[in-house]
Amino acid sequence: MKHITKVAFVVLALGASACTNAGRFDNAGGGAGAGAVVPGSVSDPTSPAYFQQTIGDRILFEVDQATLNDAARDVLAQQATWLMANGAFTAIIEGHADEQGTREYNLALGARRASAVQNYLIERGVAASRLRTVSYGKERPIEICSDEACYSLNRRSVTVISAAGLTS
Amino acid sequence: MSLHKILTLGRMLTFVALSGLAGLAPAIAEPLRIEITEGVIEPLPFAVPDFQAQNAAATEMSRNIARVVAADLAGTGLFREIPSTAFISTITNFSSPVQYADWRAINAQALISGAVSVAEDGKLTVGFRVFDIFSQGQLGEGLQLAGSTESWRRIAHKVADAVYSRITGESGYFDSRVVFVNETGPKNARLKRLAIMDYDGANLQFLTDSSTLVLSPRFSPTGDRVLYTSYETGFPQIFLLQIANVGRAALPTPSGNMSFAPRFSPDGNQVVFSLEQGGNTDIYRMDVSGGNPQRLTSAPSIETGPSFSPDGSQIVFTSDRSGSPQLYVMGANGGEAQRISSGPGRYNTPVWSPRGDLIVFTKQNAGRFHIGVMRTDGSEERLLTASFLDEGPTWSPNGRVIMFTRESQGAAGSSALYMVDITGRNLRRVTNQGAASDPSWSPLQ
Repeated sequence: MKHITKVAFVVLALGASACTNAGRFDNAGGGAGAGAVVPGSVSDPTSPAYFQQTIGDRILFEVDQATLNDAARDVLAQQATWLMANGAFTAIIEGHADEQGTREYNLALGARRASAVQNYLIERGVAASRLRTVSYGKERPIEICSDEACYSLNRRSVTVISAAGLTS
Repeated sequence: MSLHKILTLGRMLTFVALSGLAGLAPAIAEPLRIEITEGVIEPLPFAVPDFQAQNAAATEMSRNIARVVAADLAGTGLFREIPSTAFISTITNFSSPVQYADWRAINAQALISGAVSVAEDGKLTVGFRVFDIFSQGQLGEGLQLAGSTESWRRIAHKVADAVYSRITGESGYFDSRVVFVNETGPKNARLKRLAIMDYDGANLQFLTDSSTLVLSPRFSPTGDRVLYTSYETGFPQIFLLQIANVGRAALPTPSGNMSFAPRFSPDGNQVVFSLEQGGNTDIYRMDVSGGNPQRLTSAPSIETGPSFSPDGSQIVFTSDRSGSPQLYVMGANGGEAQRISSGPGRYNTPVWSPRGDLIVFTKQNAGRFHIGVMRTDGSEERLLTASFLDEGPTWSPNGRVIMFTRESQGAAGSSALYMVDITGRNLRRVTNQGAASDPSWSPLQ
């Protein structure tokens, strides 16, 4: 019995770590000694990897909502600070919805979420010309779901940092 | 079969009333007829013996055509095929008198006989007759259709459409096609491409490759063009595709972040669609060429999923102005909209029936998805399906059948196309190759 429990625990732990790391940059600085800054790695505060992993590139939304809660505003404030300190980068804000909706309504909902994030970043001082939004509706889930705990992870915006300029 | 050949077929097909039948004047007191009502009906038993091969080259085709005709009719749920193993007599000569007693003995009510010949130049000629066994007479005149041998399935569908029409009094839907999205890969890394097939899943062809995400194709009412949403530029945008040469171009919409949810006007000259600017989605219409853009809604809520009434005078759409997605009807030039959905749950993807009397929609309620229909004033709502995820309905050309997307749950879940009768009966999966979503049904060809 003990043995079985242990096996189950290991599987769960693996599953959780796979989720946490999904879509993250490789941690290129993982092997570096404490205090060493590897340019471009997560240990480099001017790198997109730092933005993505240390600040956090995504925020989550309630069902059918594009409202920013306190936790979201806190992350976005740090995103804005980073963007203003690292002026060479631009960002595309992706808006996503969970699969509990129809395709076209969810495209519109994703756009509403991305726009809410964009507006907040502009409010915090980021130049509008450095930001663009794109909605993926329910087309790009990061989790495959059948319950609310999972759906909530797909109702998200992701701020994708790019060194390239924004073009339409 | 090349796309070009499919498209030129329409001009090659000819209907010719069979000559030499004048002596067989039908003596039908009460014509064979299925009255399609909302009530449960007993499927009408019919027999389709192999068609008669008029020459050696037609042998295989004479069997295949009869099989397609039988599958079309049986697939409606309104007819039931009597297997050939039950036959007492069969048809050995297309012109010989029918042995009514032998067909009546096995309870066949309709008999379809046919003759097939293939000329040296590849021209296929199919003649057929429909008999009402109980009245002992022919139902309508015999007909002859001609086309290329490659078009044999279309000719078979036309035979089935004619039989269906004579018995039900409605036009058929078998000689039609469906444009849809073919899907591969898991849910969190899905690849999509536009595809087209016959309504029954045959003759599958791809119209785009999987390199770009594509969504929600919509057939033109003339059957020659498709509007769809593509991420080709990195951002969702409406494209127009010509089926004949698979040429495509972005629709010149007014500027915005995202254009999507397009549908043609009934005359095929205009498009109604959603445009998102600064996070807000509203409905616009304009000429397919890009001229005369007109904003039809102006609200901070989401307005999407517009669909014209068949007379072009009204538009049904989805809006969450009340707090959740509901269905509204407005004039084709915008203006005040009337909410028509009133039940619990969320309503999306309304599509006006080609008959004009019903609106089909996707409803989400209590954790389930449904395809349903209501009258155009919102009354008499009926849910036809229920599952983990049903959405995106499209009407058969005669307004009798609805095709939609059903997606199954979980990591191994995938999308498939299903059909259901507007009575809610005869739910079945459309046979095709691979996972599929977002069907749009063509007009009758």
